Amino acid sequence: MSFQYLHELIALAESRKVSIAQVMLAVEEEQTGRTSEQILQQMEKQFTVMEASARKGVEQPIRSRSGLTGGDAYLVKEYIEKGDTFVAPSTLRAMSYALSVSEVNAGMGCIVATPTAGAAGILPGVLISILDSGKYRREAIVMSMLTAAAVGLVIANSASISGAAGGCQAEVGSATAMAAAALVEIGKGTPQQVGHAVGLALKNSLGLVCDPVGGLVEIPCIIRNGLHAITALAAADMALAGVKSVIPPDEVIQVMQAIGQEMPLSLRETGIGGLASTPTGKRLRESVFGKSD
Amino acid sequence: MKYHSAFDIIGPIMVGPSSSHTAGAVRIGNIARQVLGEEPVHVTFHLMGSFAETYRGHGTDLALLAGVLGLTTESEQVPDADRIAAASGLTYGFSQANLGWFHPNTVEVLLKSKQHSIQLIASSLGGGKVEVQELDGLPVKFSGEKPTLILYHIDQRGFISMISRLLDANGYNIARLALERSRRKGAAITVCEVDEELTDDLIASLATTIPMLKTIRVVKTF
Repeated sequence: MSFQYLHELIALAESRKVSIAQVMLAVEEEQTGRTSEQILQQMEKQFTVMEASARKGVEQPIRSRSGLTGGDAYLVKEYIEKGDTFVAPSTLRAMSYALSVSEVNAGMGCIVATPTAGAAGILPGVLISILDSGKYRREAIVMSMLTAAAVGLVIANSASISGAAGGCQAEVGSATAMAAAALVEIGKGTPQQVGHAVGLALKNSLGLVCDPVGGLVEIPCIIRNGLHAITALAAADMALAGVKSVIPPDEVIQVMQAIGQEMPLSLRETGIGGLASTPTGKRLRESVFGKSD
Repeated sequence: MKYHSAFDIIGPIMVGPSSSHTAGAVRIGNIARQVLGEEPVHVTFHLMGSFAETYRGHGTDLALLAGVLGLTTESEQVPDADRIAAASGLTYGFSQANLGWFHPNTVEVLLKSKQHSIQLIASSLGGGKVEVQELDGLPVKFSGEKPTLILYHIDQRGFISMISRLLDANGYNIARLALERSRRKGAAITVCEVDEELTDDLIASLATTIPMLKTIRVVKTF
């Protein structure tokens, strides 16, 4: 059993009357020769690392190694506690957790790349926030990480998850789609709805360039993780409401690859164009590395 | 398809800040060390593309060094790799280079022990996944995700048949096999990925049974 495209993954789940996570689990067993217990145990271990990195920056402000960024997860948490917010507090908490993971990452702390380190905040952000809600069992959340993995595999194999190859849409866009997919499955959505969540989330990220200031995974990576955690929650709700991605999700993935290939090198993780090229971006680069050589 | 496992996507557990520029770089350094198979004393890294532009910001330099020192992506000591290198007498240098048509995140590693040296070009493909593109001037490809045999030998008829028979007799399934040679009957490298863990017994029997084999190295990334 194997899948290369989303429609194949959905068809496998439908024909076997199982979830996408269960398809992924069966494929993983077949490919690696490991038992489902071993696979889930490893996933659980990754979830534990995710949780620690999501809570760390909320409990206390963390500064990045360069000193350019940090403390935003803590600011958002304090703001939530004041109790007067536009976005629902439970949703904002996903944002603060996502920010925390990205801040831990910028401090050369331990995180789980999902699918990459630059986009590592989004999946833990939403998963730890729904764990806090008390509505879902830890095991079910760990299982949903396999849904996210299946979607990530499709994107990585038919497009890209590398910012250097495909821009930020390939990293943050992929992570948002993966997180939305995981949420739809936890929310008892159908495999078709999982697919639509991927299409919706990814469409909203198309064209996102990778333009980190000084080449550091900080500006704008950290805030993008925070904001896209909320996008993932919203895309999952949209799909569960019955909204469909009119452009089929597989075609959205294909076009993400095409857009990535048309992006100039300066906007693909070289730290040259975009925000990195602004006067402030250049000044911050010099403040960390000195005058460019 | 380049990505096979759920853990290629959810994972690795790693020290930040970048899966391609930090975790992938640790893995490349680590593979180079395993191929050298001896204590390294000097290493030179030639970086191209995005690696060259942003290596300092991502800690790519520390990560490559950490890998050469034998550390893994999860190691909290990755940020201290320069100090560990100084303490263990490993000297190193970094420079930019155009290595040719490779993925934007590509590095050439020239690694030396007291007796030997190797040259390796590898790319970091995203999400911490890496692929070796060239070894000692030959276009060999491997990732180290599965237990991998790197066999240095002389090109001679019957070599592949001996290897495959020996592996089969010992219960190994070959996942991938490739031979590259400089010229007919010249120096050659065979890369063989297997599904099962490689044992010392197998390595010993390969060394004693196959006359044209010069050096055996085992590579496995974490």
